Amino acid sequence: MQQRLSLRLTDTSLRDGSHHKRHQFTADDVRSIVAALDGAGVPIIEVAHGDGLGGSSFNYGFSHTPEQELIKVAAETATQAKIAVLMLPGVGVKDDILVSQDNGASIVRIATHCTEADVSVQHFALARERGLETVGFLMMAHSQPSEALARQARIMADAGCQCVYVVDSAGALVLEQVSERVEALVAELGSDAQVGFHGHENLGLSVANSVAAARAGAAQIDGSVRGFGAGAGNTPLEAFVGVCDKLGFSTGVDFFKIVDAAEDVVRPVMPEECLLDRMALMMGYAGVYSSFLKHAYTQAERYGVSGAQILVRAGERKLVGGQEDQLIDIALELSRENVR
Amino acid sequence: MKAAIVGSGNIGTDLLHKLRRSSVLEPRWMVGVDPASEGLRRAADLGLEVSVDGADWLLRQDELPDVVFEATSAAVHRANAPRYAEAGIRAIDLTPAAVGPYVVPPVNLGEHRDAPNINLITCGGQATIPMVHAVSRVVPVSYAEIVASVASVSAGPGTRANIDEFTRTTSRGIEVIGGAAKGKAIIVLNPADPPMIMRDTIFCAIPEDADPGPVTDSIARMETDIRSYVPGFRLLREPQYDPGRVAIFVEVAGAGDFLPEYAGNLDIMTAAATKVGEEIARAAASEPAVDRHVTA
Repeated sequence: MQQRLSLRLTDTSLRDGSHHKRHQFTADDVRSIVAALDGAGVPIIEVAHGDGLGGSSFNYGFSHTPEQELIKVAAETATQAKIAVLMLPGVGVKDDILVSQDNGASIVRIATHCTEADVSVQHFALARERGLETVGFLMMAHSQPSEALARQARIMADAGCQCVYVVDSAGALVLEQVSERVEALVAELGSDAQVGFHGHENLGLSVANSVAAARAGAAQIDGSVRGFGAGAGNTPLEAFVGVCDKLGFSTGVDFFKIVDAAEDVVRPVMPEECLLDRMALMMGYAGVYSSFLKHAYTQAERYGVSGAQILVRAGERKLVGGQEDQLIDIALELSRENVR
Repeated sequence: MKAAIVGSGNIGTDLLHKLRRSSVLEPRWMVGVDPASEGLRRAADLGLEVSVDGADWLLRQDELPDVVFEATSAAVHRANAPRYAEAGIRAIDLTPAAVGPYVVPPVNLGEHRDAPNINLITCGGQATIPMVHAVSRVVPVSYAEIVASVASVSAGPGTRANIDEFTRTTSRGIEVIGGAAKGKAIIVLNPADPPMIMRDTIFCAIPEDADPGPVTDSIARMETDIRSYVPGFRLLREPQYDPGRVAIFVEVAGAGDFLPEYAGNLDIMTAAATKVGEEIARAAASEPAVDRHVTA
């Protein structure tokens, strides 16, 4: 049976792409990308430090331009698109959400590791009280079975989250593994909250996984134009829009305009293309947080060790998003072993 | 010195084990609010007077403690603090309420020995602020940032419901006690099984031309000072110097008194509370036995 689905898309290049750009976005970058995406009909554009509000730090990398300035520029530039921000409890605080709302953001996306949803309760409560639209991110969703993920989604929904995302932070999920998780969340949440999917390209499956998510009942899908995101990048939004056109899913986004935006506006802002290379494949295969990629390169160079080995060991240690500091410890451990 | 523990959860129970070993503190009471509390039952078995009516019951007794350890929540301590003060009971606060001055034993315990209320900041603060201080006592620190990774199972409902309180209180402690011009704190909960032992990374921005030698020496001295009351605390690596920055990596294993070894984040709080309590008891014992208010 061919389903006629209607999907709401969020472009995350100005947030997830911040990792690939090592958090060096300028106001001009944001202005040009938001204008192009807004013109193509993208309904939601996410802007923030890669690690969310308050992410500018030694641990994750300092922002070139304060993210709140970038959010303000984005909100001033957009004519129809809503501006979303991401925040990770433990990194950012409630005040960061309020400042971003003052700067024009209208959607707040609260992200936790997929077993720790209860740390987001106070943030959802605040966001709803302030009239913000809310999204919950269950990160590293590959690491938990569907039932466990659905229980965590319930915690977020009860706290005021209006759409819970299955977030494949490591790009490690494969087709049916996406469908099962999305279906479990849809069954748990019913009409209490929508379900979304955020993919990465580390096993080359982001578009296919997003289609699987949509068919399983996800109403909102993330992507980044030109794949501009951490690891091998996110679901390339322009490709996903084209696929949706072919499948008869409506997105409200103009395929030709977003293809032009990807080529003419977004690509020039990217330091290089996001590649499905050895390091990215290691992450997808070993289930490692995509944002670790650039940090693994940095520490590999600093300590003269293998970046791929750093990532594999990060997987063995079961590190979660936010523990970038531990990559330094791993690099030191590897350099000691090499000396022996 | 007679002591009471308010709060019968994991922290209160671990603290009880440590206080029972003390030669200067005598734990006599433990109060909670949960009739099903295992902690209260264990405390009663150990001979303490217990009640489920919390601080209300404690303050109604004919004999009152000299010092109370608050292991409840920030909101509860804010309500209780004035009542302890009125009754002349010294308070050592293990919640992030911050009614009294921040204390990290190896840095500023001496300054606040006489304070009626002492706050222990946060677990991440106890583990990292001494290291920020170790750097800032040698070279100027314009900014310090700490990343605390703790096992999910060791982060209780209070911490989870108020995670912003952790980051804000710790950030402020990095500035006020650590001596950094600006502070930032990050906490990450990791659900790995078996649970990971608490790890903390401390980044300090220092002048580009700072001499690493004295900084590294100061960090090593601080490690020794902390280990004197938290044996499971250790530097994981040599401090790492990059242009304008030093990074310090530590691990905090718990003593395994009541809580498991991985819960170093909780152990360092109960160890710090015990250390502060003992210091207060020793200071009181060395004072002449006259009313200070009269002689002052």
